[in-house]
Amino acid sequence: MIEVEHLTRRFGATVAVDDVSFEVKPGEIVGFLGPNGAGKTTAMRVITGLLYPHAGRVRVNGQDVFDDSASVRQGLGYLPENTPLYDEMPVIDFLRFIGAIRGLRGAELRSRIDEMVVVCSLGEMAFKDIGELSRGYRQRVGLAQALMHDPPVLVFDEPTSGLDPTQIVEIRKLIRDIGKQKAILFSTHILDEAQKTSDRILVISHGRIVAEGSPETLSRQVHGRDVYKVEFAGDVAALEARLAQLLEPTGRLDIEEGWAHIVLTCKTTGDVSADIFDAAVAVGGRLRRLQKQAATLEEVFLELTRGGEKEGQA
Amino acid sequence: MRRALTIFKKELKCYFDSPIAYIFIVVFLVLAVWVFFRGFFLIGETSLRAMFVLIPWLCLFFIPAISMRLWAEERKAGTNELLFSLPLEEWEVVVGKYLAALLVYAATLLLTLPVAISVSFLGNLDWGVVTGSYIGALFLGAAILSVGTCVSSLTTNQIVAFILGVIVVAGLMIVGEPIVTMFIPSSVAWLVPYAQYLGLAQHFGSIARGVLDTRDFIYYLVLIIFPLYLTIKAIRARKVA
Repeated sequence: MIEVEHLTRRFGATVAVDDVSFEVKPGEIVGFLGPNGAGKTTAMRVITGLLYPHAGRVRVNGQDVFDDSASVRQGLGYLPENTPLYDEMPVIDFLRFIGAIRGLRGAELRSRIDEMVVVCSLGEMAFKDIGELSRGYRQRVGLAQALMHDPPVLVFDEPTSGLDPTQIVEIRKLIRDIGKQKAILFSTHILDEAQKTSDRILVISHGRIVAEGSPETLSRQVHGRDVYKVEFAGDVAALEARLAQLLEPTGRLDIEEGWAHIVLTCKTTGDVSADIFDAAVAVGGRLRRLQKQAATLEEVFLELTRGGEKEGQA
Repeated sequence: MRRALTIFKKELKCYFDSPIAYIFIVVFLVLAVWVFFRGFFLIGETSLRAMFVLIPWLCLFFIPAISMRLWAEERKAGTNELLFSLPLEEWEVVVGKYLAALLVYAATLLLTLPVAISVSFLGNLDWGVVTGSYIGALFLGAAILSVGTCVSSLTTNQIVAFILGVIVVAGLMIVGEPIVTMFIPSSVAWLVPYAQYLGLAQHFGSIARGVLDTRDFIYYLVLIIFPLYLTIKAIRARKVA
């Protein structure tokens, strides 16, 4: 598992990661979501021991990344951003090299390499030079390298960037499969990615975690963003007045004779469908359609990261 | 230690899987042997002096060419990030890489041995001096390689690493030569022996004559260990900065 407490990392005067705390438990896939330059990579580099923290504590499998750097790295698999690999090495030699450094020997090393070739479906590419591989295969070699020693903690920096849609689905499935027993932290700037792969999302912006939760709770967290589409026949003004406490009218379109199409934006967190129905009955009108549209994560993301920008500029 | 050995093997394979090592060995040998035999039959002396006189100058250009890629390439490709996410200590990587490059150079030196053997058939070759020369050449190359490794760890550009390496090594070579020492003003004449002691080639010269002086070996050992230590420091510093 990964435990990050009040982590701060600066580069000169700029604060790349600012007082960040979070946890990744075994069996959990956590998506690190944020725009480019938000501090995702820096935080991951600290977790993998590539950078030292300036403040705060980071523990991986209970060991401090600063004090027990080597043993932390032994229990951790890391896929760096853009998958840097030794291009001149054949895939199989590269995996053998990584395995040897990881302390695997002889029969054990051979069986692990075979397993990795199968798990990451490297089959026919195993004897080619890494430099000759396509982006998708490269990424799989990167994953194979990280999984080589079967570590309990995995950190992937933008594992799907630069891949085509089919490859993205494959990599995503692979992460889901291996994520059943391991603690996985992966970063992305694509919302859809985080939503589909992770159990929990951390939204980071300007070095700070601005929101945290499962994809569902996260969209709910940004309160009052639910939108109701209502088709109503009757006194629209009276209905709106009656619901003024709960909802705010944000649009009205008169299309059909007698039926007003109204858009209402919720001010509170709860579901107000029943209140709308009651209000419609109370003002003596008729309700034909009542549709609730939950706030999409896209809106949440934009809202959160934009907020951070304003803060950053101030 | 085992992991340093794994790094060593990987780097060595890298040199010999690409044309770098072969080009290095062939060009080095052709230059050394050609220059040597050009004058050999004119002078008519069964000694390898003419070849070993050339070695420092060959090393000046050839060794930065093997050391330039050691770290610059790694940083350029970003593979250092991959490398240091593995459970490795910095010194294991630095030493492993250094020894692989040193072996390329040592192999090249060894390949000049047929010249020595051929010459020994033609007359009475002093094997003591020849052995001394080889030991001197090995230490000289090892020191230059260490400086080159250090320079390579400071940049992401291999060409810059090469040129800077040549400049630093040239500086170390020239500092003990009369061309520099003659410009030291007489008021600080006590500096002259120090400048001479700092010069790379002087120590090679005395070992090559067959004089095995501990001062020369201490000089070379310091020049091997200190730049490697700086390399480790430079890599560590990047984690903190």
